[in-house]
Amino acid sequence: MTEPMIKLTIDGELLEVPAGTTVMKAAEKLGINIPRLCYHPDLSLEGACRVCVVQVEGFNHFIASCSQQVWEGMMVQTNSPQIRQARRDILELLLDNHPKDCQTCERDGNCELQRQAYRLGVRERLFEGKRKQYPQDESSKSVVRNPEKCILCGRCIRVCAEVQGVQNLSQHGRGFNTVVGPANLGPMDESACIQCGQCVAVCPTAAFLEKDHTERVWEALSGAAGKKHLVVHTAPAIRATIGESFGFPLGTPVTGQLVTALRRLGFDAIFDTNFGADLTVIEEGNEFLKRLNGEGPLPLLTSCSPGWINFMEKFYPEMIPLASTCKSPMQMTSTLIKTYYAERKGIDPKDIFVVAIMPCVAKKYEAARPEQLLSQGETVTDAVLTTRELAWMIKSYGIDFANLPEGEYDRPLGVSSGAGDIFGTTGGVMEAALRTVAVKLTGEELGPLVFEAVRGIVGLKEATVSIGGQEINVAVCDGLTHAKKALAYIKSGEKNYHLVEMMACPGGCIMGGGQPYPPFEMDVLDPELAKLRAKALYSVDAHKQLRRSHENPAITKLYEEYIGEPNGEKAHELLHTHYQARMPRGIR
Amino acid sequence: MSHCCQVSTDNWEDVKAKCLTALPEDIVNYIDDHKGDEHAESNLIAILHRVQRHFGYLGQEQMNAVAQLAQIPLAKVTGVATFYHLFRLQPRGKHVISVCMGTACYVKGAEKLSQRLMDELGIHYGETTKDGMFSLDNSRCLGTCGLAPVIMVDDQVYGPVTPSEITIILEKYIKQPRAAAPKAALAVQ
Repeated sequence: MTEPMIKLTIDGELLEVPAGTTVMKAAEKLGINIPRLCYHPDLSLEGACRVCVVQVEGFNHFIASCSQQVWEGMMVQTNSPQIRQARRDILELLLDNHPKDCQTCERDGNCELQRQAYRLGVRERLFEGKRKQYPQDESSKSVVRNPEKCILCGRCIRVCAEVQGVQNLSQHGRGFNTVVGPANLGPMDESACIQCGQCVAVCPTAAFLEKDHTERVWEALSGAAGKKHLVVHTAPAIRATIGESFGFPLGTPVTGQLVTALRRLGFDAIFDTNFGADLTVIEEGNEFLKRLNGEGPLPLLTSCSPGWINFMEKFYPEMIPLASTCKSPMQMTSTLIKTYYAERKGIDPKDIFVVAIMPCVAKKYEAARPEQLLSQGETVTDAVLTTRELAWMIKSYGIDFANLPEGEYDRPLGVSSGAGDIFGTTGGVMEAALRTVAVKLTGEELGPLVFEAVRGIVGLKEATVSIGGQEINVAVCDGLTHAKKALAYIKSGEKNYHLVEMMACPGGCIMGGGQPYPPFEMDVLDPELAKLRAKALYSVDAHKQLRRSHENPAITKLYEEYIGEPNGEKAHELLHTHYQARMPRGIR
Repeated sequence: MSHCCQVSTDNWEDVKAKCLTALPEDIVNYIDDHKGDEHAESNLIAILHRVQRHFGYLGQEQMNAVAQLAQIPLAKVTGVATFYHLFRLQPRGKHVISVCMGTACYVKGAEKLSQRLMDELGIHYGETTKDGMFSLDNSRCLGTCGLAPVIMVDDQVYGPVTPSEITIILEKYIKQPRAAAPKAALAVQ
């Protein structure tokens, strides 16, 4: 059935759009971008900021174009002098209740409020009055909440509820005193927050930011507190996104420049978290094959995503026995740096400083997890930089990233297969695991490489893969509302999955809470953005000689020299962990 | 789950048991009875009213219990509780003082009265003194504009009141904590 078409006029131009289209969307068809702040195409409508108002003939008040649907014969003006003045007034009022610290704000140059203020021609501050003043909440290990910078657009509330199903944020109080925050406006650390950082990603200002780790990395680089052996490793998704911060087109892999930039910053060894990803495939793959053999419960839920792990511990603690006990690739890599690598190099692990470059905000919390510390209580990962933080450090240092020669990761923890690369996108962990599982199950060295059914940005993907005569039911979830769906199926017994990949962020790590803010014309949750970034990872994978994790010679050597058997005693000591129910319990 | 776990990692029974002790049975039953409703979340305000009627205010523990038992996110519960003027988040004091902010009282200096009360009691609107003696509120017009500016302590109206008289009024209640209400008000006959 085709939608009935509606004819309307926007700025004197006649056009036809399907019924139900909003004025804002209709204007976009004419190439007119109406300014907006609270609006987000992938979230529900809020209609809070009023920046998108337009003039409609026959009405003596302005109408919010984001939420108003078109009607037959509607006459819209998007740019009359009155409407321009009204928008400017609205924005001025928002700014008057906002700190005047653009030059020193972390979002400077990348702030939607600032951008709209410039666009609408706000050139002076007319009102000096009462302004909201609240302390910053730094209690969380990952997310910093600064209510002073909040413009009450409600995007964070919506992403937390609608995309992640966490529902940890809400408006408290009313009118001038409204504050967005977790229950009771208590500390984030004591809330149901799972630290995925999607609130940071969608915030138009700096009301939510990641916890800063750049200071401690600068300090380590300077050697001020005693020279340490500085090791860095970079997550699979970084190579696909950091180029965006330096003018590369979306979806351009920049692995080589990334390595060189890190070397210029002064790191002594540059490894690849992909190595940890390959190792995860071996450990998790073995765990899976064991469970498939009846030794342990099914389905196996993957454990790479710290946002998902936090979610499981707070919202679905009864699912803990299903989760893989594997540490994440970041923690595996860091652990090996402070054990295997340290021993080989003859360096005391206390003299090694490990920095992980992650697309993720929750990794900052994961690094500090008490159950993942070394025997003497030291962290294995000493600092976690988000992609944004690293991009800023590179710029701050003055490195001309775009024109750098391409460098190579160091050995041995910099050697990785293409399976490791695709860990950064939804479906990638599954595909990587299946590549190895297929070989192990059939005994044929050349098993299938591409599992198209688990690729793509669709939320919950399900497939049945036939390997060596065995039917394996897999599910891939990205975005925790989709994980909720899969968990409900598992609980009710409606679906009989064997292996389920869980990633907290919609699209996977490439769309993580620590990734670069997208360019002006794109939105943070845009599936097109996810597709472009994923394409970069699939192309890196396709161009590699090694495509399966167990083919990685550095991994084989690691088992021979150091770990012994996958899932063996030493493997459990170094590469596995455990989980526990955590409070407060989240509402599903 | 095809093969289930031996050791339960679920904490729901513990969480639930704790919540059940935080609320009286009739409220728990009310929550249960309405759980299956279409738009069950819209019962939140009705539940909170019942909690406030029973306890006199909405305590953290009670709100948390409501959230878990009704399966409504705690942030939403506290968001609603802080939005509505009539929900109280602190226990009420023995005596409730209300400053009239109607136009007449405002013009005649209600602001000064409220400042004096805040200074004397060390609390803001909506709060209760540490000793549990007084709560401070403001109100719209009390309908006694002829006596402006007025304050009300429990059911007793005082007016016109000057800031220095605030101390005298408070004294009465501090000195006679058990008395139902002082016999004579300042100017109201």
